[in-house]
Amino acid sequence: MGCACQCGSGQKEDKFEFIDRVIERYKGQEGSMIPILHSIQQKLGYLPEDVQAYIAEKMEVPLSEIYGIVSFYTLFSTQPKGKHKISVCMGTACYVRGAGLILDELEKELGIRVGETTKDGSFTLEACRCLGACGLAPVLTVDGRVHGRLTVDEVDQVIAEYKDKE
Amino acid sequence: MEFYRSHVLVCTGTGCTSSDSRLLISGLRKELKDRGLEKEIQVIETGCFGFCNLGPIMVVYPEGVFYCRVKEADLKELVEEHFVKGRVVQRLLYREPGATVKTQEFNNIEFFKHQKRIALANCGIINPEKIEEYIARDGYFALAKVLHEMTPAGVIEELKKAGLRGRGGGGFPTGMKWDFAYKAKGDQKYVVCNADEGDPGAFMDRSVLEGDPHAVIEAMAIAGYAIGANQGFIYVRAEYPIAVERLQLAIQQAHDLGLLGKNIFGMGFDFDLDIRLGAGAFVCGEETALLTSIEGKRGEPRPRPPFPANSGLWGKPTIINNVETYANVPHIIRNGWEWFASIGTEKSKGTKVFALAGKIKNTGLIEVPMGTTLRTIVYDIGGGILNDKKFKAAQTGGPSGGCLSAELLDTPIDYDNLIAVGSMMGSGGLIVMDEDTCMVDIARFFLEFTQDESCGKCPPCRIGTKRMLEILTRITEGKGTPEDLNNLEILAKTIKSAALCGLGQTAPNPVLSTLRYFRHEYEAHIYDKKCPAGVCKALLSYQIDPEKCRGCGLCARNCPTKAISGKIKETFVIDAEKCIKCGACMEKCKFGAISKG
Ligand SMILES: Cc1cc2nc3c(=O)[nH]c(=O)nc-3n(C[C@H](O)[C@H](O)[C@H](O)COP(=O)(O)O)c2cc1C
Ligand code: FES
Repeated sequence: MGCACQCGSGQKEDKFEFIDRVIERYKGQEGSMIPILHSIQQKLGYLPEDVQAYIAEKMEVPLSEIYGIVSFYTLFSTQPKGKHKISVCMGTACYVRGAGLILDELEKELGIRVGETTKDGSFTLEACRCLGACGLAPVLTVDGRVHGRLTVDEVDQVIAEYKDKE
Repeated sequence: MEFYRSHVLVCTGTGCTSSDSRLLISGLRKELKDRGLEKEIQVIETGCFGFCNLGPIMVVYPEGVFYCRVKEADLKELVEEHFVKGRVVQRLLYREPGATVKTQEFNNIEFFKHQKRIALANCGIINPEKIEEYIARDGYFALAKVLHEMTPAGVIEELKKAGLRGRGGGGFPTGMKWDFAYKAKGDQKYVVCNADEGDPGAFMDRSVLEGDPHAVIEAMAIAGYAIGANQGFIYVRAEYPIAVERLQLAIQQAHDLGLLGKNIFGMGFDFDLDIRLGAGAFVCGEETALLTSIEGKRGEPRPRPPFPANSGLWGKPTIINNVETYANVPHIIRNGWEWFASIGTEKSKGTKVFALAGKIKNTGLIEVPMGTTLRTIVYDIGGGILNDKKFKAAQTGGPSGGCLSAELLDTPIDYDNLIAVGSMMGSGGLIVMDEDTCMVDIARFFLEFTQDESCGKCPPCRIGTKRMLEILTRITEGKGTPEDLNNLEILAKTIKSAALCGLGQTAPNPVLSTLRYFRHEYEAHIYDKKCPAGVCKALLSYQIDPEKCRGCGLCARNCPTKAISGKIKETFVIDAEKCIKCGACMEKCKFGAISKG
């Protein structure tokens, strides 16, 4: 990835140039706001206020409208994420097989609550809904990789596996 | 073309991919190559077989041998034995729960025996990334038939007579819906596919899209022809990356062969498809909210009428159907309505796909004729309850549905029967619960979900569900009062009648249905301050049985809060003040000396 990263330091042009390109790609298509936000978030990791303001200006819509969309959909985030994203499935199938206990354990081990990022920026803990791997319940994903048939005891192993990974 | 003597089908659906089936495929290809067998034995990547908890799954044809939980380390032996020496590897076969011998053939396994596959007909059989394989299974024949031989009204009539009803939850007759849109006036019309699959615990639509994307594309083109639309949208959850990828590829392939785009089959019909990604809002599964979301706005529902068939996307006539509904359409067109109408019950025709999960031995994806009993699903297909515990309930319809208790095991499952017993078909999540599941906690779980997902537009849903959740939380914490039950019922009725959209109108269902069948559990929480299933932490206490305790001290060492004390070889005790009820001690005790209650 170039410098359109989450560090927020310098080289702003690149970030905004990227946004220009995305908006250009969807020009003239009706209902393109959500795909545009998806593309931008995928690259930047999140949608901070300056980015939202820039999109609003470019697309000639009020900032409130963009903020309204970003805050409505849970997949859009205005906060930067940690290096590794742990998502615990709290779908029904996982819940009845003890996903709640796994989540409790993760909160304890990482010292953060759901939705938060560890101080060192290494992990973000999230809860999500059914990943479609109910057969392996309870499951969680780390950076998109699925870990299934988990027990509370295995939680620290999962964390350890990613802890020192880039 | 190469001729292979054997085909190995390996699942690359989400379940098996999570069990590393992709590594297995590359490993298998390498092993076959090393043995010089790569021209004799073909490895095919397929969609979901349904039997997810046995993944990664491998089926070898022509024999139909079913191998499960295959690991990379097994590959050498598998290739050596099966493909070189022609001997089945017994070790990797499947053993039915309770059986002494293993079952070799796919078709003899109980899990598959009771199923009838229409919507899932190609899942696990074809490579979803190859349009040729879909076509080889009569794919796009229905579209050709429709364009060459049938009028739009004729297509609609066929669906009406077949009796196909919407698989997305409501069960609205599909033919009728298409008829409304067909008759609606407008130069521009749209066909939309609802692949938002919001039920948290269900993955039917995902498996169809991953395993047989062309079926949905073909059906949407047929729908376009029937109602006079030439643009379609598939609205998919962004959380389903494999499904999105395969859909994109499938649309491209259909374009390349002229099965989408301009002048399809040279019959003057144009049809195009676009994909739109959801962004994690349950309410967007509701049809009017979904349409608003495609328009690029906050996905808030709008009042109906007007119905989408008259005023949908950008105010134009639009039909919106579920993935599984569409997946049935090509089969109906090819095989005729009589065939379809001969399957199922009087008012619910065809089959239904369920995502079977929870406390059950065989979890996975199943498709059964409408009218199959819950008993067949749970005990014959599902193999019974995990660890042979007692069945308590099955939950259908997700957050909008309800629970079916043990008395209802023999009820034939169809739309109308489920409504009559206070649940609903929903999109097909079927979660089995055993004696260790607390029904009050489950009701609280669903309310927490709907409350979190309420879009906030209408007060009954926004505020009402919050109040209900507060009451339920109170009860699970042992602070419930006798009036609470009454208040829950009053709130539930008000929300049901006053909420704007289906989300609010159905949100109280899990509470009402658990109150109906498991009222005694609520009462135990309120009057006796006990959680009979032993789930609600605030109501639990752990004890050490002095008779059974050997004084090993393992529990004390594992207690995170140092709440257990005692001398080695003497009875240990738990300090209730310090205990956080995590259950670690009970899990660790080798002598079963610790119990909760
Ligand atoms: C809160 C709510 C969530 C819904 N979620 C879904 C869903 O995830 N998938 C779906 O196909 N239908 C869902 N529906 C039903 C749709 O509104 C609509 O009835 C359906 O897509 C119509 O297609 P069908 O007739 O083929 O079933 C939902 C309805 C409500 C009220
Ligand atoms: S409920 Fe967790 S994967 Fe389906």
